[in-house]
Amino acid sequence: MDSMAMRPALLLPEIVLFLGALAALLGGSFLPRTRQWVTRVVASAALVLAAAMAAVALAGPTAVAMEGSFTVDPSTGVARLVATLGALVVLALAADEIDGSPRESETYALLLLSTTGTLVLAGADDLLVVAVGFLLTSVPLYGLIGITGTAVAAEAAMKTYLLGALFGILLLSGVTLLYGVSGTTSYAGLADPLAAAPRAVVAAGVVGVLGGLLFKAGGVPAHFWVPDAAQGAGGAVAAFLTTVPKIGAVVAAYRLVGALPDTLAWPLLVGVLAVASMTVGNLAAYAQTDPRRLLGWSTVSQVGYLLVPVTVAGRSDLALPSLLLYLAGYTVTNLAAFAVTTAFPRRRELSAYRGVGRRYPWLAAALVVALLGLVGTPPTAVFVGKLTTTAAAWDAGYAWLAVLVLLNTLVSLFYYLRWIAALYARPTTEHPEDGDPPAPWSRWTAVVTAGLSALVGVGSGVLWAVATA
Amino acid sequence: MLSLIVFLPLLAAVGLVALPRLGDGAARWVWVAVAAVDLALVAAVWLAYEPPGPGRLAFEERVPWIPGVDSSYHVGVDGLSLPLMAMTAVVFLACAVFALRDDDRPRTRAALFLFLQSVSLGLFAAADLILFFLFFDLSIVGMYFVIAGWGHGDRGRSAMKFFLYTFLGSLALLAGFIGLYVAAEPHTFDMVELARQTPLDGSPTAGGLVLAAILLGLAVKTPTVPFHTWLPPAHTDAPAVGSAVLAGVLLKMGTYGFVRIAMPMLPEAWRAWAWVVVVVGVVSVVYGALVALAQTDLKRMIAYTSVNHMGYVVLAVGAAGIVAEGSEQARSVAVTGAVTQMVSHGIVTAALFLMAGVVWDRAGTYDLGSFGGLAGTAPRLATLFAVGTFASLGLPGLSGFIAEFQIFAGSIAVAPVTAVALVGILITAALFLRALQRLFTGPTRGASRGFGDLRAPELWAVAPLLALSLLIGVLPRPLLGVVEPAAEVVVQLVGR
Repeated sequence: MDSMAMRPALLLPEIVLFLGALAALLGGSFLPRTRQWVTRVVASAALVLAAAMAAVALAGPTAVAMEGSFTVDPSTGVARLVATLGALVVLALAADEIDGSPRESETYALLLLSTTGTLVLAGADDLLVVAVGFLLTSVPLYGLIGITGTAVAAEAAMKTYLLGALFGILLLSGVTLLYGVSGTTSYAGLADPLAAAPRAVVAAGVVGVLGGLLFKAGGVPAHFWVPDAAQGAGGAVAAFLTTVPKIGAVVAAYRLVGALPDTLAWPLLVGVLAVASMTVGNLAAYAQTDPRRLLGWSTVSQVGYLLVPVTVAGRSDLALPSLLLYLAGYTVTNLAAFAVTTAFPRRRELSAYRGVGRRYPWLAAALVVALLGLVGTPPTAVFVGKLTTTAAAWDAGYAWLAVLVLLNTLVSLFYYLRWIAALYARPTTEHPEDGDPPAPWSRWTAVVTAGLSALVGVGSGVLWAVATA
Repeated sequence: MLSLIVFLPLLAAVGLVALPRLGDGAARWVWVAVAAVDLALVAAVWLAYEPPGPGRLAFEERVPWIPGVDSSYHVGVDGLSLPLMAMTAVVFLACAVFALRDDDRPRTRAALFLFLQSVSLGLFAAADLILFFLFFDLSIVGMYFVIAGWGHGDRGRSAMKFFLYTFLGSLALLAGFIGLYVAAEPHTFDMVELARQTPLDGSPTAGGLVLAAILLGLAVKTPTVPFHTWLPPAHTDAPAVGSAVLAGVLLKMGTYGFVRIAMPMLPEAWRAWAWVVVVVGVVSVVYGALVALAQTDLKRMIAYTSVNHMGYVVLAVGAAGIVAEGSEQARSVAVTGAVTQMVSHGIVTAALFLMAGVVWDRAGTYDLGSFGGLAGTAPRLATLFAVGTFASLGLPGLSGFIAEFQIFAGSIAVAPVTAVALVGILITAALFLRALQRLFTGPTRGASRGFGDLRAPELWAVAPLLALSLLIGVLPRPLLGVVEPAAEVVVQLVGR
């Protein structure tokens, strides 16, 4: 196989998404406000097409494109599928929320661009491609968060932008350092020169690059923007930014640590970051009363669990398939939870959910499945993910990490349960929005994704086969 | 066949949820009918059952689930699980009949209990650790909604405490399971395979830690002292049928785990820590009885006797781990007694809790001091309650006697010091007789005035349970014939 060829055909899903974004943007400027939904159809079509191409590529053999800097393997394939389908779900949520709003087509274009960036990150086998993917994911995100123009949204966008700029610079400096000591940016040739290079420089470079990826994933210590953005941005955007960018970032982190030499104690570093993420996210979620902010903190803790298989990358056969399984399960489950919040856009307090259980039993059931799923209750997808990642950690000799994952799971139960308890509590009269009917697209999306999260768990054997192919 | 038994109630539950036009009356009867059919299916399995022999299961079914970690949908029965499945089906049918009289959202409740029935039957049939864990966790979720949705008093708080506490147990259990998985070579979650491999024999530290995690998980669920504190509030605030299922069926998941998972898969660690288990058992017996004696609340009293009764089971399985030359038969008797006690306690406590529910329904209080002379106004309740308490305290001729006699016969032969637990029987006898006296004798006063006796659904729910206890007490062979071979196998496995 000629690894030095460009072979752009391998990047078709990314290209389709990029073109879809351009089409949505340009088309939107020629369409009247009332017919902006056409751009949503265009964007959805691009995502479906990209997902189909990703599925075809997944069935094919592993290949490299762009002179060896982009890999198309099962990890890329699963990440592509999950990210595009996840973005498709986000578009369904947007159908309720921003239909006919002033910035509709721009939102779709930015969503597609950010998704493209995630896919680039997921397949990146080269530090420079990581940098490109980082920027392509982040820059649209700043716009998306602030696009509603409210004061909280502007604040969240500002915070995200500043943190993003800081960690972007860290990432670029890290890339520069690693290139400086190794003379290459390609993962394939990184390990040997890095093993011979000064360890302090290598460590600084790795920390910089990992920091950038953690910003994208929303993990400690680069997590501060996540709860603000989840609370301040629109519901669909919040669902997007807590889900899709993580997919690319975590897979990229997995690839990065796989290319590092053993002279560094990077597993310990990643393991500590994982524990910090899950613990901080869980403890901070305790005090939240806004459901979206609560979910924002909960995603910080989920990043911690996602970093567990990254910690044991290459040390257990379970690590990679469990990571991909967890990503898929987390995506569908988290989207289900957000879909319930976009179904009730005016219920912005946990207590406003009182009585939902009686009025809208299906939506309430969907939320229960999603929240218990996020806790890791069998047979949902996240349970299987959590089980296999924990088993992977233990299998690789990190029993302490496994125990901390389980302890954190217990801690997380409390705040998810508070929301569930509110669902089935007697309604109070102080919330006049009780009469609001749930938004139709979100309602269906919530029920379908929640069902899917249970289905993925029950049928996880199939997914596992794909991930280990 | 087993899958049908396990999933039939679940299918019915989905049907009840999906068809909201079904009237409340129809929903109640659907529940009764499905529970009856399920019991009939279990009976059919019982009749066709032959002891499968060591290391095997009858009516086995196996389908790969997560092949990457060698976890499969694997179910089967033996002499340990079959009696518990039968007990489960009986208790749920009794609850279905009892609930015929209730009109608080009957359709949703029937669906929830059918879901719980599937979960409970599935747990006892499971032959894969992850499948076991799945049902273990879902039982907690289901019971949370029962208490929070249909309970009384401070139900939200009790339900939350129940969920958090037992979830802690389930996570400890999961940690233990993963430890077993990692130690096994090749890695597997299959129970039969793990019992064959005993992967942690020869590594006392790791084996001890994994056993500790599993014991913690099971001890919370059982519950034993000092992990029992979630039980009294959960029971007090749960509805009658919820308490019956919680005490009758869900507690057995803990004790069943001892004989199904801890003993066969970690025999070396079990033998090493058997004395700890025995001590925990004895403390549970005595402490549970003493605290029950101090209660003035009828339901809390019955709840604490559950701690006492589960203590006998823990004591027996602990004694089964004290291996000495020629003690095999005694230990086998102890395990047989433990399994019999699980069955006996399930049906008797379910009956007692259902009757406590009648008391709450009529009088709105559980306070023993508010009653007196109830035998005059409610003779049927008085009779059945007396039978229930006698069965519970182990009077000969009833199932509790068969169970406790074997437990003590086996345990004292292995470890004479366990005789101190006999004091528990004395105390429970005293407290039950005192409760009978305060409730039913003397002049009719307080809440006893105008107390309506048992109605048909209540009678038909409680009386068959007690009749079954009497049947087991008089004719124990059909039950013991199934349990004994399996108990011998467990004892052999522990003695390896």
